[in-house]
Amino acid sequence: MDVRAQISMVFHLDKCIGCHTCSIACKNIWTDRKGAEYQWWNNVETKPGTGYPTKWEDQDIYKGGWEKNDKSINLRGAGKKKSLLNIFHNPHLPVIDDYYEPFTYRYLDLIESPAMDDQPTARPVSLITGKPIDIKMGPNWDDDLSGTPDYARKDPNLRDLPPAVQEAMFQLERMAFFYLPRICNHCLNPACVASCPSGAIYKRGEDGIVLINQQVCRAWRMCVTACPYKKSYYNWHTGKSEKCILCYPRLEAGYAPACMHSCVGRIRYLGVLLYDADQIETAASEDTSKLVESQLNMLLDPNDPEVIKAAKASGISDSTIKSAQDSPTYRFVKEWGLALPLHPEFRTLPMLFYVPPLLPVMASLGVQDKEQGDKLDPIAKFWNDDWLYDTSTDNLWGTIEEARFPLKYMANLFTAGDEEKIKDVLKKLMAVRIHRRGVTVGDIPAEKVQKALSEAGLNAEMADSIYKLTSLAKFDDRFVIPPAHREQAIEMLEFTGDTKGSTGFGFRQKPERGL
Amino acid sequence: MNAFIDNLLNTTNNFFLIGLPYIALVVCVVGTIWRYRSTKFKVSSLSSQFLEGKTLFWGSVPFHWGILILFCGHLIGVIFPRGVLLWNSHPLRLIIIETSAFIFAIAVLIGLINLLYRRITNPRVRVVTNAMDISILAILLIQVVTGLWIAYFFRWGSSWFASVVTPYLWSILTLQPDISAVSAFPWVIKLHIIGAYVMLIIIPFSRLIHFLVPPLDYIWRPHQLVFWNWSRRKIRDDNSTWSLKRPKNN
Ligand code: SF4
Ligand code: SF4
Repeated sequence: MDVRAQISMVFHLDKCIGCHTCSIACKNIWTDRKGAEYQWWNNVETKPGTGYPTKWEDQDIYKGGWEKNDKSINLRGAGKKKSLLNIFHNPHLPVIDDYYEPFTYRYLDLIESPAMDDQPTARPVSLITGKPIDIKMGPNWDDDLSGTPDYARKDPNLRDLPPAVQEAMFQLERMAFFYLPRICNHCLNPACVASCPSGAIYKRGEDGIVLINQQVCRAWRMCVTACPYKKSYYNWHTGKSEKCILCYPRLEAGYAPACMHSCVGRIRYLGVLLYDADQIETAASEDTSKLVESQLNMLLDPNDPEVIKAAKASGISDSTIKSAQDSPTYRFVKEWGLALPLHPEFRTLPMLFYVPPLLPVMASLGVQDKEQGDKLDPIAKFWNDDWLYDTSTDNLWGTIEEARFPLKYMANLFTAGDEEKIKDVLKKLMAVRIHRRGVTVGDIPAEKVQKALSEAGLNAEMADSIYKLTSLAKFDDRFVIPPAHREQAIEMLEFTGDTKGSTGFGFRQKPERGL
Repeated sequence: MNAFIDNLLNTTNNFFLIGLPYIALVVCVVGTIWRYRSTKFKVSSLSSQFLEGKTLFWGSVPFHWGILILFCGHLIGVIFPRGVLLWNSHPLRLIIIETSAFIFAIAVLIGLINLLYRRITNPRVRVVTNAMDISILAILLIQVVTGLWIAYFFRWGSSWFASVVTPYLWSILTLQPDISAVSAFPWVIKLHIIGAYVMLIIIPFSRLIHFLVPPLDYIWRPHQLVFWNWSRRKIRDDNSTWSLKRPKNN
């Protein structure tokens, strides 16, 4: 057993309000530079939708991630042979238009314009060429646009949904959407690392953060293709690729990453997971149906004495083991089984997990239940149609099977198409909700609560801790950051004397495009 | 008067065929080491495919494969001149090698024209174009045009290259310059040789440096790279003192 520590993340999608504060926090710190304007290391997508870059999930277009072969796995669009043969022109490289052309406005025209008959306007100009442009796309162009033919209906996750189900999803009256914030997953089997011909990308042993060494990157741009999440970006100005660094300078100093720190919905959790690195290859090459399971099986119980012993033998410090024991992500992912990886079928073993959204809680039931309706308070609205919210049922929130998001859709996102698995998670979320309703409002009979809990495999105590970590968690409960142990590493990345007096990434030369 | 012209010719020949190659070699070696050590961040192939990918295909692909093969061809001529002559002793084989070289040179030419056209006409690519990019394309264009010219008008270059140019290049490399044979060459060939030296000089100061950092170790390195900042097994061992070695990623 080769025990390693990984800083992992959990995003609780029920709580995301789609405010994009996280994206802005990240942009202000890291990507507000020439060549990086189009890069959103953190972006928030509306689902169903096409996302950023457009249709990134469609690997028929982008050829990202790994695919299974007879014995093991190989990179779909990159890899040793393909990368070296395509090095002069990478046929699967997304170009700037797949993201969007970055722009700004000529604000100065507003104040410096001479007196005219008309109001001056601030025209949009391209941040690449500086010339006026017609804005065609933006980083979250399809924000809140569920149902639109250009975006939501082209969501690659709808691919294997029957047309009738898709139609039902987009009926105006029962349309729904949710937000999907995304950052680099700091995968255990990162496709970006494996695809980099110059070996510039690496995973840090101590915390598992995946970084691109800017001094070694040579713009072979294979990582952009290989990352199935499109989270490695090419800086067209410096001729280097860049990606989310999980704010490692902040983490080393004990601060949460900027996106997490600023998250308005408090949806983000960060903590250490211990895993068995010997299992990486086998876990990543499992059959698609067993991928989620095999990934979760790699994660080790930090309270198990055997694991602790092995962890110490592998050089993991006591403080890191302690952090792993307190880790909120371990609880969500392993203990409660509430969080799932995004698109496990890409086989990169992502270390960012999502608690799938339960909303909207009330489903529409097929046929109006007359008996139930009669019992209703006359003030309560009674709907004759069968496509609207039905509040008249026994089941306060309707059933998961009849949720507005077809289970299949959710399964395509989080469980490689396995509806049972996503149902289990949603059931748990629902059980917690029923339990808390029982506790706080008290209009649900105890037996019913008990039934919901036991069906979901929870007990009242667990449900309460889930509720607490979900709704009441304070900063220190949400982010359990292990000390970086600079005293041992001297410096995690650089000798600070070298970079004293420089800025940002530690460029000792001006970050200009080469000669 | 004649003596004066002879003298002038001699000096020019001496400068371009003896002086220049040494200048070029020194500048290339010293310059590259300097460039790599002090401006490592700028060592990049500076791909612009991200801004424009379609025309690039018709430029970059024929150009790179063509130039790679032609470069290897020249290199083989320098390293194994006898082998080349032996191969060429059969006329059919000579024709095969000459035609294929010619075809690859045409590919380079087409590629270069496309690249130049793209650099000049695409507004986005123009933003990332500097004078050096254009100069490199111009020099390469001169090289491939003179090369094609030589191949066409001074037949069987592969043979006379191996028997005349190779000894000259070796005389330079072994510090016993002998230009008696090459100085009698027509001016196109000399231009082609001089162009090669100029390119050597530019390598450290331009994007051409990417030609010196081909990612060949990718072939044998493991897919995944994990770097520790210290030896993780030793760090907890009370009896070991660990050295303050710079981490690999620094
Ligand atoms: S999400 Fe993409 S960029 Fe991030 S580690 Fe995984 S493969 Fe690499
Ligand atoms: S800041 Fe938090 S709540 Fe707001 S969009 Fe980002 S993840 Fe969602």
